[in-house]
Amino acid sequence: MTEMMSLITEDGSAPAYSGGLSDEALLRCYRTMLLVRAFDDICMKLQRSGRIGFSVPNKGVEGTQVGAASALRSTDLFFPSYRDFGMALYHGVRPAAMMNNMFGNAGDSAKGRQMPVHFSFVDPIKYFSISSPIGTHLPQAVGAAYASTLRGEDTVTLVSFGDGGTSSLGFHSGLNFAGVWKSPVIFLCQNNGWAISCPSEGQTASDGYAIKAKAYGMPGITVDGNDVLAVNQAVAEAAERARRGEGPTLIEAHTYRMGGHSTSDDPTKYVPKEELEAWAAKDPVLRLRRHLDSRGLWSEDLEARLVKECSEEVTAAVREAEAQPAPALETVFSDVYESVPDHLRRQGEQAFDLARRKGDAAAGDGAFPL
Amino acid sequence: MATLTLLQAVNDALRTKMRQDDSVLVFGEDVGPKGGVFLATEGLTAEFGAKRCFDTPLSEDGIIGTAIGMAANGLRPVCEIQFQDFIFPAFDQIVSEAAKLRYRSGGQYTAPMVIRTPYGGGIRGGLYHSQSGEAYFAHTAGLKVVIPSTPYDAKGLLIAAIEDPDPVLFMEPKALYRSVKGEVPEGHYTVDLSTTRTVREGKDVTVFCYGAMVPVCEKAAAAAAEQGVETHVVDLRTLLPLDEEAVLDAARRTGRVVVVHEAPRFCGFGAEISALIAEHAIEYMEAPVRRVTGFDTPFPNTLEHHYMPDERRVLDAIEATASF
Repeated sequence: MTEMMSLITEDGSAPAYSGGLSDEALLRCYRTMLLVRAFDDICMKLQRSGRIGFSVPNKGVEGTQVGAASALRSTDLFFPSYRDFGMALYHGVRPAAMMNNMFGNAGDSAKGRQMPVHFSFVDPIKYFSISSPIGTHLPQAVGAAYASTLRGEDTVTLVSFGDGGTSSLGFHSGLNFAGVWKSPVIFLCQNNGWAISCPSEGQTASDGYAIKAKAYGMPGITVDGNDVLAVNQAVAEAAERARRGEGPTLIEAHTYRMGGHSTSDDPTKYVPKEELEAWAAKDPVLRLRRHLDSRGLWSEDLEARLVKECSEEVTAAVREAEAQPAPALETVFSDVYESVPDHLRRQGEQAFDLARRKGDAAAGDGAFPL
Repeated sequence: MATLTLLQAVNDALRTKMRQDDSVLVFGEDVGPKGGVFLATEGLTAEFGAKRCFDTPLSEDGIIGTAIGMAANGLRPVCEIQFQDFIFPAFDQIVSEAAKLRYRSGGQYTAPMVIRTPYGGGIRGGLYHSQSGEAYFAHTAGLKVVIPSTPYDAKGLLIAAIEDPDPVLFMEPKALYRSVKGEVPEGHYTVDLSTTRTVREGKDVTVFCYGAMVPVCEKAAAAAAEQGVETHVVDLRTLLPLDEEAVLDAARRTGRVVVVHEAPRFCGFGAEISALIAEHAIEYMEAPVRRVTGFDTPFPNTLEHHYMPDERRVLDAIEATASF
């Protein structure tokens, strides 16, 4: 593995940090991580009580999410993975907007068409529509960056994926095209130890992932993914290179998925207990808290206030989402094309007519049977 | 008006749109200075520069994946897959991504892009330079599938496809690239997608066809006319979204239908035409719908002329349907 950049020391100080995060931005990072935890917790409860069908926990990887998000501008382009809640929240996506997606209701920006955690936002940031196939968004990010460059913009595109994603076709084509085109793209590989149940060692015989950058003609950086400052600095440096026209960077953030792959997964079947305990001691929230404390920015009172605020915010988001109706039946047939073609109009009319004559179809329980 | 080959008409369409709209780009394998293996993009790099017409690495997934990102971020990419046979590594990008982007994002992100690709046999290309894969794509909601058969339509449909707000798979019958010529207006014009073209009027038998099968069906229809059978030949032009009313009107007109395509029969596009007629026009039918298609085998090399429907096979089907 290439040498890992880690900046927050045992005592919480970070003398080597040269990134530009202000006190205010650091507190925003911290609050966002607590908000992600609160969001995760409530989604787990909602899923267990059958009110939503599915979620993916972010616990353990929030440091990478906010470290990266805080290094970029809100005008930059985000091609996220499904486990990047903190990137959206850091840049001001409302928890209620995300909760609408978890419920698949009429307020969901995707109109209830996708399963939970497949977010899509254009405001306040461009948070590209997530699909389930792994790695397909890497070349797409490179294409989006090509468009930015052609128009003379200094926009950077960040594309985020897991260690499993490095085995996909899109990893190769994405990095290869970006290398050849010198694209202003940051490839953020979140090596969180697991691709569902496949350990990272099972994805590659390579000595880590960052080293793969060499074959594509770009720098490869390994960073401590549980260290918000280290991730922030690595992404900020990559963004500067990209804006200077010096091309893409592959960043491997070394982190750990402390929960299951999803609410449908039981990680106790395959995650060694000792491994989880060792990583729990490196919890990114604790690491940043220690740093804030070392700078006199943290107190018990602040902690209590932030935890309470985040909990209230996600509870309000659930209330807002639950008050929304299911999407209208019309939304099954719209947005397939810009305008509804005749054959779809006829299929829709038949479905509406049947619903009028025989009542609505019965919904299933929505449980994801894994 | 100039007389152009289908290939020249494609080039003319690209040039016309690139002159008109800076956001239109052309890229793919060997499409840059060489102008493509069939020369469809000849001269475009010279006229528009290497940022707007360029070669890519040899990766269909990369070509179509990057095109999606460009389209989602304001450009109008027209990418080329050198032979349709090589499109399958990008099946995921086309079917799971481009076709579904508008729907899955609630209309927030879209992929207005064109994938041009030569398809079909007749060039002794064997299994991997001859296939007709339209049915795979016509099964995909969100995609448009367009196949021209004349130079006039090739230019007008391609311009319409580039201007279309949704992703279009534009399949070019390579067997017709240089073998058909026709008058093509200069400058900008469009042929509406999702419209059919009546190739020949007739009252006895209706033949539905598209792409490289259109001239084959025209010849068969001319031969049938010598026997006193008047064939109504319809070029479908856009398979998805299909102009179903036009198909049903043409079927009801004669009550006798033959569907012709080069692709294999099982679950081929002819099955959809046949089912459409069975559902909505069965009471008009005087004979069973007959299909003339490629065989349900891989595409052969030396004996490709036996595999591809020819005038002989289409005429045989017209005769049998007319006399049923």
